[in-house]
Amino acid sequence: MSNSAPLAFLHGEAVLEKPEDLYIPPDALKVILESFEGPLDLLLYLIKRHKLDILQLPIHSITKQYVSYVELMKDLQLELAGEYLVMAALLAQIKSRMLLPTHEELEEEADPRAELVKRLQEYEQFKTAAETLKAQPHVGKDFFIANAEYIDTALDEEKLPDLSLKELVLAFGNVMARVKTLAHHQISSEVLSTRERMSRILRHLSENNGPCAFVTLFDFAEGRQGVVVTFIAMLELIKEQLVTFTQITPQSEIYLSLKLQE
Amino acid sequence: MAFKRLSDEQLVELVEAAIFVSEKPLSKRGLQETVLQDFNISAKRLTQTIDSLVEHYSTRGVQLVEVASGYRFQAGPSLAEPLSKLWPEKAVKYSRATIETLALIAYRQPITRGEIEQVRGVAVSSNIMKSLLEREWITVVGQKDVPGKPALYATTKQFLDYFSLSGLEQLPNLPEQQDVKLEQILSDPSVREPS
Repeated sequence: MSNSAPLAFLHGEAVLEKPEDLYIPPDALKVILESFEGPLDLLLYLIKRHKLDILQLPIHSITKQYVSYVELMKDLQLELAGEYLVMAALLAQIKSRMLLPTHEELEEEADPRAELVKRLQEYEQFKTAAETLKAQPHVGKDFFIANAEYIDTALDEEKLPDLSLKELVLAFGNVMARVKTLAHHQISSEVLSTRERMSRILRHLSENNGPCAFVTLFDFAEGRQGVVVTFIAMLELIKEQLVTFTQITPQSEIYLSLKLQE
Repeated sequence: MAFKRLSDEQLVELVEAAIFVSEKPLSKRGLQETVLQDFNISAKRLTQTIDSLVEHYSTRGVQLVEVASGYRFQAGPSLAEPLSKLWPEKAVKYSRATIETLALIAYRQPITRGEIEQVRGVAVSSNIMKSLLEREWITVVGQKDVPGKPALYATTKQFLDYFSLSGLEQLPNLPEQQDVKLEQILSDPSVREPS
């Protein structure tokens, strides 16, 4: 009988011994079980929990506990990797070999636990190394890479930026909006020919001897219909590769120019 | 072919700017082969230039440091706490399995996947290898001359850059294994359990 002072009183009874294990609620247990990185990790946990030395691997009790954990994992329907069962078989094998009487004359016979102890030691070594590695100072946590922006102001002046059709349509939308504010009541509509408008644009461009601003090619007095015809004529001209559109920077004025004939 | 001339001040400016604007660390060789290719800069002069920049930045918010793949400017751990507020979202955490795999490759390279599995006692998922390869922390350096010719993995310079190391020898030492005569202890009858 222990004559030391009781640790605590539970339901009026003196508790003399420390509890073997702390109570772990089932949900938390599942989390613990899921966190094992394989059978070696589970074995290490069991050894550590009982403050045992790997070198003195008490195969009897460890096997018992290991198997009960594996059963528990099955009960909780955790996906059980095959390696866990292989380890259970290995433990059982070692246990049975330990039960066999040792022959004094066969001194060279190795301890059946030796191989497993070696593997546990090696795994523990790398488990610790991984933790150390994780705790190492690294970029994003301890180091921040400094970079400066390289601004290339020497824009290649020969090469003009491309213009997307979307930007062209947007510009047309602006023109249309302007037409709306200047709209007149049309009494009669004249027939507007796209082909005729195409040659008018071409003539205008060649007379102008250089690029013309997109908006200057529209005659707002013609109203909505006239503007639409002009725009369609422009699209036709692009399609037939007779004119090109350029825009220096986004949002800036769009220019039309004659495509040089070969 | 005549080389252009650079004054010491111009050389310092050029090297400083090149390392700053380069997206990756720049080695001395990288500098010689790009920004300095038209100038005949001796190795000694380049070293002196870099040394003077390292010295100049030693008391500033960013420092010039040498990592595995070259020189880069970086802010150090002393400012890490306030600086981390610039990126409020937490970085993705790697799983224990991934880090253990990485540790094995770092310390045991070149190593095959099978050898990693042997130590960890559990299969290494393809996703782990894929994520490490994509991050360019590991690379295949060859094939082991055994049946099946498994790939041999090793860590990269980018891996070292991440930890701000200039070489593998700067990795923390592996924890010491209990170097007791294993067989002796195991064959001691007193540690045998009563059957």
